[in-house]
Amino acid sequence: MRRLRAAAVPYLLILPGGLWLVIFFVIPLIALISLSTQQGDIVDGFTQTFHFANYATAWSNYHQQFLRSLLYGGLATILCIVLAYPMAYWIAFRGGARKSMYLFLILLPFFVSFVLRTVSWQYILGDNGLVLGPLKSAGIFPQGFRVLATGTAVIGGLTYNYLPFMVLPVYVALERIDFRLVEAAQDLYASRAVAFRRVVLPLSLPGLFAGVLLTFVPVAADYVNASLLGGTSNTMVGNIIQDEFLNVQDYPTGSALSFMLMALLLVGMFSYARALGTEEVLEVAAR
Amino acid sequence: MTLPRNSSPTHGRDYSRRNALRLGGLGAAALGLAACGVQGAASSKPTSTKQALSAAQQFWKAQKPTTHINFANWALYIDPSHDTLKQFTAATGITVTYSEVIQDDPSFFAKINPIIRAGQDTGYDIMVMTDGLEFGELVQLGDVTPLDQSKLTNFYKYAGKAYQNRAFDPGNVYSVPWASGSTGIGWNPKYVKTPPTSMADLWNPAYAGHVGMMSDTQEIANFGLIKLGINPETSTENDWKAAAAELLKQKDAHIVRKYYDQGYIDALSKGDIWITMAWSGDIFQQNLSSGTNLQFTVPKEGGTLWTDNMMIPKNAANPVAAMELIDWFYKPEIAALLTEAIEYISPVPSVQGIIKQDAAKAAKPADKQTLLEVADSPLVWVSDADYARLKTYVPITAKTSVAFNSIFQPVVAG
Repeated sequence: MRRLRAAAVPYLLILPGGLWLVIFFVIPLIALISLSTQQGDIVDGFTQTFHFANYATAWSNYHQQFLRSLLYGGLATILCIVLAYPMAYWIAFRGGARKSMYLFLILLPFFVSFVLRTVSWQYILGDNGLVLGPLKSAGIFPQGFRVLATGTAVIGGLTYNYLPFMVLPVYVALERIDFRLVEAAQDLYASRAVAFRRVVLPLSLPGLFAGVLLTFVPVAADYVNASLLGGTSNTMVGNIIQDEFLNVQDYPTGSALSFMLMALLLVGMFSYARALGTEEVLEVAAR
Repeated sequence: MTLPRNSSPTHGRDYSRRNALRLGGLGAAALGLAACGVQGAASSKPTSTKQALSAAQQFWKAQKPTTHINFANWALYIDPSHDTLKQFTAATGITVTYSEVIQDDPSFFAKINPIIRAGQDTGYDIMVMTDGLEFGELVQLGDVTPLDQSKLTNFYKYAGKAYQNRAFDPGNVYSVPWASGSTGIGWNPKYVKTPPTSMADLWNPAYAGHVGMMSDTQEIANFGLIKLGINPETSTENDWKAAAAELLKQKDAHIVRKYYDQGYIDALSKGDIWITMAWSGDIFQQNLSSGTNLQFTVPKEGGTLWTDNMMIPKNAANPVAAMELIDWFYKPEIAALLTEAIEYISPVPSVQGIIKQDAAKAAKPADKQTLLEVADSPLVWVSDADYARLKTYVPITAKTSVAFNSIFQPVVAG
């Protein structure tokens, strides 16, 4: 009896999480995959015809936005690393007693809705707004110059919004490093650069990996930044999916695009993990 | 720290269990794939106007009056002081929560349709929808409650004949007009020195990066078609493709800054865009409320004429009160108040006389000037010559919309 109960415990423990996963992830996912091969319209309803051509049509109409999402996602992630790593390094090794205050400052923007923060950039960077208005009247920029409605603005917005997701995991990884290891390296005649490259960087890789996972995936699927800061040639696949569902009611195309995006991101992540030589992707990400 | 994999004591068992789960998952997925579908409304919708009307009579008999209304409308579409609503509350005791939640028809339809299909209340008792694709879909899907014709006293007494019994809603079963207006060209004279006169001005490379177009496919299709000299009402699928190609030319030359919802009006005021597709009354209301000096014109090739209509979404909590408010806006003095503020075409022709009287009575010379402008505005009192230039939307149904959107959606999709 006791053995039976003991055997049941792991299942009972997993039950709430498992149910949550089934109801809010597995079932919607199946519905999504099912929708992606259906045909019809909103009034007559959509019926399952296993019309796999939906995928081909979706790809041929919107592959540009797909590739753009990956490009913008990649660039924003790299920018996040470039900005976040020194920040996290400084807080972890030079932050002293004020570490938690610095971390709090990084999280502070989260207390304002990110849509609101992004909309405020529309005013700050408007063609005749706070920044460009004076510069233009001073003749530094020509009248037609603009920042908004460009790819740069979208990538900038993405970097700005997702930076904390890179700083925190990198910080956690760096914070765990025993600084005596660096001192030992230097005792063995390693220069500061070599000590960083051979000791600090490898030890912080898991944090960096988690950071990439936490930024690249949501960034590639983001649609808010492109719709608020982008123009006609900066649309990302998230915008297309939103439009297919919420504007033209073409559920099958929207579903096909969503599924393709998910599959692409998963395959990308796993091959990235393999190339990096990390043994178990999810375990690393969970640390 | 991670343990090496083979040191896990459950290693072997794990795999068979995982396989069993996988098989089960695949089976469930296959069943799900076959079973899931999105139901249409072919079964639930009434087959004829007559049936709809008799069902409506049953429905209205069972309804009890309530004392509150939630009104969903577009931005810049009512007198800024809400006097029209305040007087209604004073006269009837019914309070009104007025929300400017509609940014364009497709997105609002997409927001409310699933809620209504699920049998729930959208939270709105009156909404204002344009006579386009979504209007037809709402009716076909049975998403709207047929109006209580016995409560439309003012409407039948004061509304102009041209605004009753329209082709998109014969017998006014589901809707009565809120206002009509035109889609033309709006511009900011600070940046655009020569007043635009034709569609070609929206394609002018001199304004590259500062031209606004609308993201609504029905709006943008009309501009492409009208530029090519095609009447949207009789256009064919090949015409649509030609129009889309024309619009893509404009986009690929980086002339269009962005495809906008009603947000274009802010971008135009801020100077982000200099010239744009615009709704006539928006320009007027924006000038009135923020002191801008924006201009509007209907291009010589023509513009779009549309009518926005009040409808009651199905499952609304306060339909009886909603009927009262709908008819309230047909009292000529209320209709006049509204027209003075929004400068769109009123379905009540007698408001022109009332506005002139109000102008004569106005205390401040500035108010008098504004009222006289409205009373004589060619945008509100459209001449027959202008009517001839204005076109309706491409008449599409849910079926043809699939082809229509697959042609025009990639244009606005970027």
